[in-house]
Amino acid sequence: MRPIIQPHNLVLRVAAKMLIPPILMFALYVQFHGETGPGGGFQAGVIFAAAFILYALVFGIGLARAVATERVLRVLASLGMLLYVGVGLASLFAGANFLDFDVLAQERLEGQHLGIFLTELSIGMTVSAVMVIIFFAFAERGVRR
Amino acid sequence: MLFGIYSFLAASLFVTLDAVDVAFTEAAVGAGIATFLMLSTLALTVRREKVRRKRTVIPLLVVTTIGAALVYGTFDMPYFSDSSAPQHSHVARHYIEASAEEVGVPNLVTAVLASYRGYDTLGEVTVIFTAGIGVLALLGYRKRRGKS
Repeated sequence: MRPIIQPHNLVLRVAAKMLIPPILMFALYVQFHGETGPGGGFQAGVIFAAAFILYALVFGIGLARAVATERVLRVLASLGMLLYVGVGLASLFAGANFLDFDVLAQERLEGQHLGIFLTELSIGMTVSAVMVIIFFAFAERGVRR
Repeated sequence: MLFGIYSFLAASLFVTLDAVDVAFTEAAVGAGIATFLMLSTLALTVRREKVRRKRTVIPLLVVTTIGAALVYGTFDMPYFSDSSAPQHSHVARHYIEASAEEVGVPNLVTAVLASYRGYDTLGEVTVIFTAGIGVLALLGYRKRRGKS
């Protein structure tokens, strides 16, 4: 993949370069801090996807595609879904109801923590991947090659 | 464009209502992604709607009926800031009082979404996943080689 040199949009590119890392960082913060602060998997996934979309808009779809390939996105989306259901099944096999987190660890609250952490993670994975998938599907359709 | 502005306004409204989670979502989805999707849809299609010469009485009737039914449904809703409304007296009280011991997570929203209503959230994730699959099936990028 050759680097795409764009002579214009200098301000936009510099600003995006400065903004994208904090956005990704903030998304991760929202993801893993969702238990104590506002936020959670859905919000984090959307913010994460927004950072990717900003990158793709400013630097071109080709470069963004190099990071988030089709396969990665599909696997990520499916993996989140599988993880969520897997947590549910794990509690089912541990002898409780589906998605009952009490039994996931020795201590009841520990189990709740683990369950919430895993489900939020899976939500974040699926949401961010699907948002980027939708973005690419729309954006690449517009590029007539 | 107007939708984007509206979403930002709605997001700030949610912040003043102390619903920061919803504000996040509104700002990112409503203002960011939805605006982009709207614009790209406009770019993919044409700007003007096709003029149809057909009668549109029945659709108008359907829309009016459904709208009237929905408005009628709102008459049964509790008054604004009514403290005896079901959402204050029913299961929410239990969540507020017991979630600290039962779930042990400081953020009540997370406790309700992930733990109490885990099944609902699973459904939501499934909806999003299905949306992704649908978009891939309809606008999948592999077709590019054949057509266009």
